[in-house]
Amino acid sequence: MSKEYYITSSCTISNNSIHKNGVLLFEEKGKELNNFLISAYKNMGLNYPKFYKMDNLSRLGWLGTELLLKDSFNKDSYRPEETGIVLSNRNSSFDTDTRYFETTRAIPSPALFVYTLPNIVIGEISIRHNFKGEHAFFIFEDFDAAFIQEYVEGLLNNSILEACICGWVEVLGNEYKAFLLLVEKKGSMAFTTENIHKIYYQNNG
Amino acid sequence: MRAVFISSDNIVSPLGLTSAENFKNLRAAVTGIRKHDRSDMSEQPFYAALFDERSGFSDTKNKNGFTRFEQLLQASIENALNSGQVKPTDPRTIFILSSTKGNISLLETGADSKEIAEAVSLQHSAKKIADHFQFINKPVVISNACISGLMAMIIGMRFIQSGKYDHAVIAGADVISKFILSGFQSFQAVSNEPCKPFDASRTGINLGEAAGTIILSADKNNSAGVKICGGSVSNDANHISGPSRTGAELFQAINKAMQDAGLTAADIDFISAHGTATVYNDEMESKAINLAGMQDVPVNSLKGYYGHTLGAAGLIEAIACIHSLRENVVLPTVGFGELGVPMPLNVCSSLQEKPLKNCLKTASGFGGCNAAVVLSKDEK
Repeated sequence: MSKEYYITSSCTISNNSIHKNGVLLFEEKGKELNNFLISAYKNMGLNYPKFYKMDNLSRLGWLGTELLLKDSFNKDSYRPEETGIVLSNRNSSFDTDTRYFETTRAIPSPALFVYTLPNIVIGEISIRHNFKGEHAFFIFEDFDAAFIQEYVEGLLNNSILEACICGWVEVLGNEYKAFLLLVEKKGSMAFTTENIHKIYYQNNG
Repeated sequence: MRAVFISSDNIVSPLGLTSAENFKNLRAAVTGIRKHDRSDMSEQPFYAALFDERSGFSDTKNKNGFTRFEQLLQASIENALNSGQVKPTDPRTIFILSSTKGNISLLETGADSKEIAEAVSLQHSAKKIADHFQFINKPVVISNACISGLMAMIIGMRFIQSGKYDHAVIAGADVISKFILSGFQSFQAVSNEPCKPFDASRTGINLGEAAGTIILSADKNNSAGVKICGGSVSNDANHISGPSRTGAELFQAINKAMQDAGLTAADIDFISAHGTATVYNDEMESKAINLAGMQDVPVNSLKGYYGHTLGAAGLIEAIACIHSLRENVVLPTVGFGELGVPMPLNVCSSLQEKPLKNCLKTASGFGGCNAAVVLSKDEK
């Protein structure tokens, strides 16, 4: 008894550009990821000092979610446990793992060690928006739209969640991509694998 | 919704290479935690539950192209599949892998980082294992800190309940290396003595290495006597490396898992808690268990036997629950002496034999994650 769910917002950060719902929000070519993310954060007028403490994976996922939800999400219509997060990537937290491991040659850094888990980005987003619902971090070779669609649909079908942020957040050196969708029970664009693919390739800048 | 039966299981740990061998040692309160003086991992000696030479899993060299992490998974899955009821080659079978750090120790070999990134990626290990056992479906890999093992069970349960698959082979493992040990030491989280869950003088965790496998099936004919009846995951939304101050979010996961199973607090015969023996984790759990109205239910932690086995912890501790239910014994909490948490708990400190029907297994981890699973005896 599959019901209909909807993609109510999308955000893609790749190739030094940020698209929301297919519209270019920000672009700054030639910058390294670290500087690009900070530049985007400042340019978007965001104010969340913890952003500076995060590693690149968390910054990418946090920033993507911030823009995904801005003017598109009415937090008051959900209880904290009704919104969840289902993310995936290929290389887990390997980008930060190597940075942490470098510090073990002298003084191991607890501030970096805490980011050596992929689900920390889910924690950062949850703290920011007070989301307490179901979440999961999956590791796939490539973005698996069919799996994410089916898994999130299952969570919504069984009323485990009422709204879900889902997608792909990957960082390895200067190769990165965030692809985030907001899925809710009311909207106009059906939450289908076909539509996910359409948005994924549309902004694959 | 379809019932989900546990068909078979395995633990490969310093306490044995089969579930039966492990459970025999658990019943006898034998611990795998020892003092280790290993300059390759730490300047100071440390307490941990590591594989010794007799186990065959202490050598860091590859065997048949499999790393130590992958050898553990292979041994655990092979033993669990021995019961023969669930076949990897069945298109209705899914393989789910859980781990926090997998092959991360390869960083210590210092070779080219692109190659290492590939070898460390968990899908790379999952595919090697899947090919070895000839699983047909693409493996699902979950890496969600210290709740990974329980989360993998919950996902497997849902796959079967929804009818997407009929069987799930769920395996998890983590091995301890300098990377992991130094990180927990940098957090001042590692105890300089054998850990003491829920005890007034607890000073932190011991790490441990292990692999575990649970095979789930929709077919009652495959049941070995226990069902997984409910499961839920929550987030604290409070701090990335410290637990909730109130325990409300772990309680939320417990509450939903209980609703899922159609049970109330009075139905639970024992709780297998996360019980890492850090000050804050055990405090938080005492609050959550009280919110759930289960403060009088016997509760144990198995960290005093295995240490904290990270991505394997939820799985191997759930397997101990399965055997506890079958043998009608609640295991003691090795290391516990005097209660030292803010809310009352009925910590099980010696082996209790009594009829058991339902139990609750919980876990929590970095990133503010919590998970709860309900296991019940499958009455014939």
